[in-house]
Amino acid sequence: MTTTALAHHTSTGQDTRKIAFWTFIGSECMLFGTLIATYLSYEGKSVTGPTPQEILNIPVTSVSTFVLLMSSLAMVLALTAVVRGDKLQTRLWLTATVGFGTMFLAFQYYEFNSFVAEGLTISTNLFGSTFFVLTGCHGLHVLIGVIWLTTLLILSWRDQLGPEKAMNVEIAGLYWHFVDVVWIVIFTVVYLIQRGPVA
Amino acid sequence: MGAPAATAGSVAGAHGAADARSGVWGWITTTDHKRIGILYGVTAFFFFLLGGLEALLIRLQLARADNTLIGAETFNQLFTMHGTTMVFLAIMPMSAAFFNFIIPLQIGARDVAFPRLNAFSYWVFLLGGLFLNSSFLFGAAPDGGWFGYANLTSIQYSPGMNISFWALGLQILGIASLAAAFNFIATIINMRAPGMKLMRLPVFTWMSFITQLIVVAAFPVITVALVFLMFDRMFGTTFFSVAAGGDVLLWQHLFWLFGHPEVYILILPAMGMVSEVLPTFSRKPLFGYPVIVYSGMLIGVIGWAVWSHHMFATGMGPIADSYFSSVTMLIAIPTGVKIFNWIATMWGGQIRLATPMLFAVAFIILFTIGGISGVMHASPPTDLQQTDTYFVVAHIHYVLFGGAIMGIFSGIYYWWPKVFGRLLDERLGKWHFWLVFIGMNVTFFPMHLIGLLGMPRRVYTYGPELGLEQMNLVSTVGALLLGFSMLIMVYNFWWSSKHGEIAQNNPWGAATLEWAMSSPPPVYNFSVIPEVRSRLPLWTVGGVTEIPDVPPEPVHVPGGSYWPVVAAVGILVFFIGALVQSLWLAVGGVLVLVVSVFKWAFEPFEM
Repeated sequence: MTTTALAHHTSTGQDTRKIAFWTFIGSECMLFGTLIATYLSYEGKSVTGPTPQEILNIPVTSVSTFVLLMSSLAMVLALTAVVRGDKLQTRLWLTATVGFGTMFLAFQYYEFNSFVAEGLTISTNLFGSTFFVLTGCHGLHVLIGVIWLTTLLILSWRDQLGPEKAMNVEIAGLYWHFVDVVWIVIFTVVYLIQRGPVA
Repeated sequence: MGAPAATAGSVAGAHGAADARSGVWGWITTTDHKRIGILYGVTAFFFFLLGGLEALLIRLQLARADNTLIGAETFNQLFTMHGTTMVFLAIMPMSAAFFNFIIPLQIGARDVAFPRLNAFSYWVFLLGGLFLNSSFLFGAAPDGGWFGYANLTSIQYSPGMNISFWALGLQILGIASLAAAFNFIATIINMRAPGMKLMRLPVFTWMSFITQLIVVAAFPVITVALVFLMFDRMFGTTFFSVAAGGDVLLWQHLFWLFGHPEVYILILPAMGMVSEVLPTFSRKPLFGYPVIVYSGMLIGVIGWAVWSHHMFATGMGPIADSYFSSVTMLIAIPTGVKIFNWIATMWGGQIRLATPMLFAVAFIILFTIGGISGVMHASPPTDLQQTDTYFVVAHIHYVLFGGAIMGIFSGIYYWWPKVFGRLLDERLGKWHFWLVFIGMNVTFFPMHLIGLLGMPRRVYTYGPELGLEQMNLVSTVGALLLGFSMLIMVYNFWWSSKHGEIAQNNPWGAATLEWAMSSPPPVYNFSVIPEVRSRLPLWTVGGVTEIPDVPPEPVHVPGGSYWPVVAAVGILVFFIGALVQSLWLAVGGVLVLVVSVFKWAFEPFEM
């Protein structure tokens, strides 16, 4: 990392990729912001059921939320392991991050399937449309993150993820934490604070 | 990035710098910001002529009452494609051509931050533009207007592929714009030469920077809106379905939340260009540089708070109307400040009316007229009379043609010698200018009156009893004049390439860094990265004078790569799959994209 920093002078002293990536996260905020705002403005306006109150399973989703939060913790530990040059822990914590991410996706797969079985599809009502597009978009982000982190894991097994590659891991971590934070907002807004039908 | 180990999938799109720069293949795989800038410019100018041709057909249809030259259906397609083309395929990418070529030179960088991402942006833009226009071949060009209001665009009312072409095409173009925005923001923040502080950046770079920040925030909004629209059409979601309790105004809110910042995306780069031209041809530093920069920022911020002034006619109620009305009037202030700054720049200067300067001065005049009519429909009661009439058409053409295009033309004449090493002919340039200036006013000024007298926009014909035939004919004649003037411009381009005077480093005596190097600049731009000590380095005693062509030590130039092109093709295939609803094509496109992203990430390519 130090050699790279020396080789490429930058105006701010920050890594250019990191700056670009923060900009990307800014645009992602607008993307999810628009989806969440749409969900909120349509909340309680469906003319047919099923409604969120009838169908959302808070206990199960609390578990999957916890799993995703743990993956963020594993991500932090993976990055520090890379910086230390600790190969064993790098592999351990990257595997944990990927594993927790995959578990979250499995939970979502189960949730979507059970909703469809209970009669809520993407075209059933406003709730179905807004819910599946919002959480589906988030799930797609998790999937991309899992693929990305798996790539890093493979690199680590090939001994190509030393401390000089820490910035690559840090940026993947930025993405992963962002996706996690977005889920906390979605979990709060969609699952925890449910508003009834608007009269 | 360090040199990757030879084992890391070493098959490469990257190759040596020398053979990477020759022939068509060299252009396809290029990652040189100057070449990508030229590609952007040529492509966008071609689309600009295409959009102009569409406009000419519209004007010919409206030249007399009850005309039957083209039917209603074709007319709908023409005005939709004219608007969409000019906004997304002409003005935005013509500005992008300047971002690419000029920004790295102005800030003292050897390239943009991510050269391959830059190539990717261009190819995605090109393929998106071709995708959108290929709809003509199927007789299914988009026909829902450039803002595609729901629920006209629903599968029920627009069953054909027309709207799908539009929605998916814009989605592709959005990817290109976003990728470019991340790249340029990172470039401007982090790639400046030593001493090039933020408040020493040339105004063109500043305005482009603000533009890219707006792109980053605005494009995700339209992306989501277009996803809603496509899902409604393809999977039966209910976002814009009134029967299911949905609200068609959701589309308008999302579209204009993007659409209003979009007009600043179109105009801010042009404002930046004239802010370079006016000081150069007045032999005076720009009056109130910090004020211009800060008012640009203010426009970028307040531009987010005015979107519903496009929606007064939907009946939002007195509170929303009052708010959006007053903020719209408020945003006129930073814009007005800039206009006074430009005038004050010329005041007392040694003005030289060369072609770039003529266009810049015309920009001030015409943009002010467009701004004034804009403030007029900031008032809801007035707007209710004007909305959806030709008055609005007159307004947008004064700000977008009189503003953005005049600014861009000024930029073309100004930077042409830097890009191609030869000057454009001044006499032809002046003919071009006067024909554009007269043609533009003859075309668009009567539209104010036509609109106030009640002619609605987007209707393919009108009856003789309205008494609008004469003014419509005048407008059509003006449009033909404009069309003719573009031929002079193209002829001038050709003439210059054969007989144009060879340009010195600094033919206009300008003050910014790009004029310190040869025209055109060498591959690596700066043989030595200059030390910047003032805002106008070439006008400062002891500042930068001339940067030698030959570097004291060899400069590493990155080779080309074909993975950006392959990735762009993957995206195109995915969207074609979505258009024809073929899962296999869509999956195939994603696979191509994923493979090329991996190849891209692991190929040996040194920045």
